[in-house]
Amino acid sequence: METTSNQSHAEYSFEAALNSHRLDLKPLSLETLQINITKLCNQACLHCHVDSSPKRTEQMDERTVTRVVEILAQHDDIKKLDITGGAPELNPHFEFVVKEARKLGKHVMVRHNLTVQFDGNPQTGASMTHLPEFFAEQGVEVISSLPYYQEFYTDKQRGLGVFKKSIDGMRRLNDVGYGKPDSGLMFNLVYNPVGAFLPASQVGLEADYKRELKEKFDLVFNNLYTITNMPIHRFAESLKRRGGYEEYMEKLVNAFNPGAAEGVMCRSLISVGYDGRLFDCDFNQMLEMQVTTGVNGSTRQRTIFDFDASELMQRNILFDAHCYGCTAGAGSSCGGATA
Amino acid sequence: MNYYESKDLARFAEVGKFRKELMDKFFDYYGEATGTDGALTKREKALIGLAIAHFKQCPYCIEAYTSQCLENGSNPDQMTEAIHVASSLAAGMILVHGVQMQNVLMKHDAM
Repeated sequence: METTSNQSHAEYSFEAALNSHRLDLKPLSLETLQINITKLCNQACLHCHVDSSPKRTEQMDERTVTRVVEILAQHDDIKKLDITGGAPELNPHFEFVVKEARKLGKHVMVRHNLTVQFDGNPQTGASMTHLPEFFAEQGVEVISSLPYYQEFYTDKQRGLGVFKKSIDGMRRLNDVGYGKPDSGLMFNLVYNPVGAFLPASQVGLEADYKRELKEKFDLVFNNLYTITNMPIHRFAESLKRRGGYEEYMEKLVNAFNPGAAEGVMCRSLISVGYDGRLFDCDFNQMLEMQVTTGVNGSTRQRTIFDFDASELMQRNILFDAHCYGCTAGAGSSCGGATA
Repeated sequence: MNYYESKDLARFAEVGKFRKELMDKFFDYYGEATGTDGALTKREKALIGLAIAHFKQCPYCIEAYTSQCLENGSNPDQMTEAIHVASSLAAGMILVHGVQMQNVLMKHDAM
């Protein structure tokens, strides 16, 4: 295991926690290729670790997207393609990569923010109202953030009016079969705390969400994933402004769960940046902690263009203080709790 | 000087510097009673704790149980209802003593 030289706080050494629990977190598989294809988003959420907004311009280009498809075709062991952003639908090659991955038989997950259906592309004005039908035709799994089942918390985190728009977006997904029993169209929601506290039990919150969304809006979904707020970028800045960064870090450190550490997503995932660089996860990507393979004297920073599965399986996953976010309490990952 | 420093809550266990075995028993009991799902869920217990924290006006407990409630899935509507329960009981405890007042009024033939 390795920690980075830019470790922001020695007192929050993640390596120390791993050592004290005799944990050596090596890669287990390359089951999921997660691609972050744009930083452009129609929203600018308070806790976005990507710092996405309507003003961002970073986009994965055609050459890189084509290379992603090549890698998927060449590697049967990559079972899942997880497409994120920004709002990934705002990349001009989004539908191409979805279709190609599905033709290859990959399970495709799209991190869809619901509101982009109505807002469209903030830079070009292109409409996105067709997305539910597109998702259903391609049989992709849709994963959408809904920070709470009430308007107050959702709008506080994601912006005024987002809750109502998200409800409308969910309805359009339900209308084409998403979340409905026996439709085969998976629709999962993501909860993250509105502030500096850990998520409640995933099982309990899922029951609350299902009850409230059904009773109040007649909406359905499959699973709720609880995700811990990562102490990086916008959320970290917000904590620091309020003087709560240290307290939040201590909360994460004190809640370190070895069982959750065993299940961290970076052990079975490779993250690809918009420019093709490889990372252990989307958080490391945003912190510029690029995957490096090889031994002293002949190390190389890896990109999708020199993708080498066997070397990637031998890599040392890069850890830093933010990793406590994935190992606190019941754990946290792009698929929710891990312990 | 502020008598209630938030950071002092983390020093609670230091009370066990003397007669540690008594504090150990307390923490075992406290953890079992408040920190486990039983006939009541942890969420329900946290809401009860929040109401009592307000009733007794303990700053440490209000801070701790506000976090506990959030981390067990309660929302501000539910938490506010919990403290209204505490508040209404407190009001009721005052008002029910009006019966005593009336007893005395009757004793003095004043009602």
